[in-house]
Amino acid sequence: MRWLGRLFEFVGKVGLFSLQVLVDCLRPPFEFTQLSRQLAEVGNRSLALITVSGFALGAVMTLHTRSTLVMFGATAVIPAVQSVGFFVEIGPLVAGLLLAGRVGSGIGAVLANMRASEQIDAIESLSIDSFKFLVVPRVLACVIALPFLTLCMDFAGLLGGFLSEELSSHIAPALYLNRAFDYLQWANFIAPTLKTAVFGFIIGCVSSYFGYTTDKGAKGVGEAATNSVVVSSLLIIVADVLLIKCIFFLFPDTAI
Amino acid sequence: MSETPSIAVEFKRVMKSFGAKRVLNDVSFHIEQGRALCLLGRSGTGKSVTLKLIMALMRPDSGEVWVDQDNVVGLGEHGLTHVRKKLGYLFQDAALFDSLTLYENLALPLSRLTKKSNDEIDDVIRRVLTDVGLGADGTKYPSALSGGMRKRAGLARALVLEPKILLADEPSSGLDRITAAEIDELLLRRKLEHGTALIIVTHDVHGARRVADQIAVLDKGNVVAFGPVDQVSQSENDVARRLITE
Repeated sequence: MRWLGRLFEFVGKVGLFSLQVLVDCLRPPFEFTQLSRQLAEVGNRSLALITVSGFALGAVMTLHTRSTLVMFGATAVIPAVQSVGFFVEIGPLVAGLLLAGRVGSGIGAVLANMRASEQIDAIESLSIDSFKFLVVPRVLACVIALPFLTLCMDFAGLLGGFLSEELSSHIAPALYLNRAFDYLQWANFIAPTLKTAVFGFIIGCVSSYFGYTTDKGAKGVGEAATNSVVVSSLLIIVADVLLIKCIFFLFPDTAI
Repeated sequence: MSETPSIAVEFKRVMKSFGAKRVLNDVSFHIEQGRALCLLGRSGTGKSVTLKLIMALMRPDSGEVWVDQDNVVGLGEHGLTHVRKKLGYLFQDAALFDSLTLYENLALPLSRLTKKSNDEIDDVIRRVLTDVGLGADGTKYPSALSGGMRKRAGLARALVLEPKILLADEPSSGLDRITAAEIDELLLRRKLEHGTALIIVTHDVHGARRVADQIAVLDKGNVVAFGPVDQVSQSENDVARRLITE
């Protein structure tokens, strides 16, 4: 039962940490320079990974669905399957997991290294609130960047799917797009994209928590990086289940 | 009639524990403005903790820590900002911000804690970097600096606000004798030319003899010897005597 106690303790600490982030988001001074730096780090530097992954995933998914749908003579719905699959679930979830891997480990390692090398103490010694200076911009950057990265993944996936389909059936781009968006409602598109802001919050808070609170010196750097990826990925998957139920509750029509 | 120098830092019956381990036990001492105090002692005897208590990066369990005219224990954010402007802190490994250039490292405290214009900030940074011999290195990132250069850069950042009191945590650790002597020379110049009070944590007895007006030896959480080097070297306390003479 000790592990259960430790689990509750961890959940409580991360919960308080996240609450502190929410409070400090609204409390001046606002660290806009740090936020723009972090947006560049989280957003720009993840763009290539996200779009290339989306493109490849789109192409592969089309190849697999085609081989199945051909048996039923339903190849005409391949673009719709592709778009619904990507916009509703694959894009948001895979973008979240990829960002947890790329950015989460980075945030955890950087903050843990700053703690071990007394850089956080140095910030405090300059009367700068290290939490607001280091943690809040990173969390906000994840919250803002992830929905945009998800859109990039969705459209890259659609492009990959189109090229794959074009090579197989020489479908015209306009026809592919028409079929792709035939079944897609705004609610299918907006709610799942916005839910990635929650994924971003999870990645930012969990990774920052492991990095900012470590007290194990150099050993803590590696631990923080690993724990950041593992725990934020796990929480993203759990949160996805809960958020899908919420979306179905709020938009019953989207429960296809 | 000569004026009595004001007290820069004073500890009054300070206690600090981490869990069950008491690191500082009823520690009291003071250092006057324009003087240099070296804190010596074996590893883990609370020397760095003493500096962090002065900077209010930690709070004591009991006792008072006076910096200039303020007891930093119990000061709020605003009061601490006021006190910290009087303090410079050279961290053990310099603690330069990795993601910022040397110039940006120095600009951060100036832009945050002063109302100087960009031109004034630029002037101050160039002057301080030149003073520590890094005039041509402002665009470099900390990772591109050698150990000695990092220490100088850390010192430059500690000095950029023209502090009345400079805290230095092992300024010569990991450096060769010549570079360590150069760092000591910079500290000494600061004391003599600007009247800055220095509190230096060190294991380097040669450096302490060069720079210090007074030495405090910490052992098992207590100040076991305090005074000028010659006096401490003849102390009845075995640890203090051995630290200075061996």
